[in-house]
Amino acid sequence: MSGILVLAAHAGGTFKRTATELLGKGKELADSLGVPLFAAVLGDAPAADLGQFGASKVFVVGGDFSSYDTLHVTAALKAAVDASGATVLLAPSDFTGADAMPRLTARFRTGQATECTDLRVEGGRVVGRRPTNGGKVSADVHVSKDPAIFTVRPSSFGQPAAGGGAAEVVAVALDFAGSGLTLVESRKPETTAVDLTEAERIVSGGRSLKSKESFDSVIRPLSDALNATTGASRAAVDAHFAGHDEQVGETGKTVNPVLYIACGISGQVQHLGGMRTSKVIVAINKDPEAPIFKHATYGIVDDLFDVVPALTAEVKAALS
Amino acid sequence: MKIGVCIKSTPDTSSRIQINPGGDDLSEAGVKWATSPYDMFAIEEAVQTKEATGGEVILFSASHQDTSKEVRKALALGPDSAVCIQDDGLAKADSLSFATSLAKAIEAEGCTLVFTGKRASDGNNIQVPAMVAELLGWPHVSFVTDFELDGESFKAVRAVGGGVEEVITGNLPVVITAERGLNSPRYAKLPMIVKAKKKPLATKSLADLGLTADDVAPIVTLSNYEPPAERGDCIILEGDAATTAKELVRRLREEAKVL
Ligand SMILES: Cc1cc2nc3c(=O)[nH]c(=O)nc-3n(C[C@H](O)[C@H](O)[C@H](O)COP(=O)(O)OP(=O)(O)OC[C@H]3O[C@@H](n4cnc5c(N)ncnc54)[C@H](O)[C@@H]3O)c2cc1C
Ligand SMILES: Nc1ncnc2c1ncn2[C@@H]1O[C@H](COP(=O)(O)O)[C@@H](O)[C@H]1O
Repeated sequence: MSGILVLAAHAGGTFKRTATELLGKGKELADSLGVPLFAAVLGDAPAADLGQFGASKVFVVGGDFSSYDTLHVTAALKAAVDASGATVLLAPSDFTGADAMPRLTARFRTGQATECTDLRVEGGRVVGRRPTNGGKVSADVHVSKDPAIFTVRPSSFGQPAAGGGAAEVVAVALDFAGSGLTLVESRKPETTAVDLTEAERIVSGGRSLKSKESFDSVIRPLSDALNATTGASRAAVDAHFAGHDEQVGETGKTVNPVLYIACGISGQVQHLGGMRTSKVIVAINKDPEAPIFKHATYGIVDDLFDVVPALTAEVKAALS
Repeated sequence: MKIGVCIKSTPDTSSRIQINPGGDDLSEAGVKWATSPYDMFAIEEAVQTKEATGGEVILFSASHQDTSKEVRKALALGPDSAVCIQDDGLAKADSLSFATSLAKAIEAEGCTLVFTGKRASDGNNIQVPAMVAELLGWPHVSFVTDFELDGESFKAVRAVGGGVEEVITGNLPVVITAERGLNSPRYAKLPMIVKAKKKPLATKSLADLGLTADDVAPIVTLSNYEPPAERGDCIILEGDAATTAKELVRRLREEAKVL
């Protein structure tokens, strides 16, 4: 048996954009390999609907996955791969991708390519392409054993059009004894935004904001107006203008949005490492020589304290 | 209690990365090596845990190269000893190869708590720690921003994304991967650097760990390295703030089609 299995991530029964995105790409790869496309679903979600995106069978592992347990998820994915006989597994590079996928890889004694930004078929196998070394280089990644596992950065591919009928739903049995770890509390921030790694739009601020107050009153409103997630340079995080989990860069988050707006960020190599693959980059910086302009699509050479509020007003007017 | 810390020697993040002719490898010539940034949080947490609860801290490093220089530097931050796995058989190692050799060495030393970085700054794979845990048959907790040990039980806070943090409890053994914010790594002072010179540092081959080249044969290979694709020239928008703001929104909508 062979086939491509896509982990269709969902939040409380609603499939995430990564699920359809990966099915779209998975379908393309499966057609070119001449193998079927499958989906894996953990817990309760409208699995049959995934037939609209080309999945012929959906392997559903029942049980309560509402709170995340590494070993439970690993065991469930192992069961889904075994049941499907898939030779390729595609999953988003979200928390599950980072936490459970390498564990699954080791359980299969196979190989994994992390945070791919492209996938293609070559010599009858799926090959990943991914940035490494903080985005300073990219390389092809070949996995010589099956199942070959690939995690993919969200927004690497477009969304497929829906069409076609319902998928066959296959229930996968799982015997899981518990992991010994207990989730005792989940702390949510006051305002929840899409995580930086999954965000389609990001507005980031740097050291130039000078204080937490101005970061909050200049950067965050633009971010809100765009329905974007807020990011920051390490200099801004170190100065406590923004939180640790808002840092973009080589030692922060690696992001891949459709739109990245860098406000008063110089564009040092460690920052670029985290956001270089963004589709459209806007740089707002008063220094025309700032390195960020070499990587930007659009640039505004001006004081951010003038431009950003004007931009916030324009965006509000345009999107209202 | 023995606390292990996995540290990887990687090119200093400010160094230029050079691609070898043919594109199938990165050049190691002239690279300035340093312990991978996140591993500094792992070392600090291990040392703080030892200071609070007693025990000893052992560093583990695996490479085909001699990493003793970086490991000595790390010893000056408080760990007691180090095991450097060095073997030509690791020249093309993938994550599972490294994890296999690290797990063997950790087992041989009898550690019950292991700290690692969240992700190494060279391959950015985010794989080795979870693999080490799987091979040892231990659980692991990823991206930890707070850690407490009380006897054999621990409490760890992990960052699962979107600003959400989860508090996890469990018992040793466990592998913990360090996220930013876990602690503020200390700097080495001269007396510590002097003392570190005398700390035990054992170099072990794969054979010393009971492994053969086959046990660490890589499954994942990389090829066709290229520098990142160049973008077209940046379009600089001219005019006062009101004008550029308006023009940017127009271009984002009509030209780039991202709004
Ligand atoms: C091991 C290591 C890891 C690192 N990891 C990261 C990382 O993950 N992420 C990261 O971001 N950095 C990282 N760094 C730090 C990085 O090298 C830079 O120091 C940092 O990115 C600089 O942040 P910045 O652009 O906000 O500040 P600066 O470099 O100081 O730039 C500020 C910019 O703001 C502009 N400016 C000032 N005032 C205004 C104004 N009123 N209007 C418009 N523009 C203005 C200036 O022209 C300048 O270009 C790392 C460094 C090391 C050594
Ligand atoms: N060769 C290695 N030697 C020691 N530790 C390693 C090695 N490779 C990875 N690690 C550890 O695993 C973490 C994550 O690495 P990676 O999975 O390569 O991103 C690193 O921060 C180290 O703590």
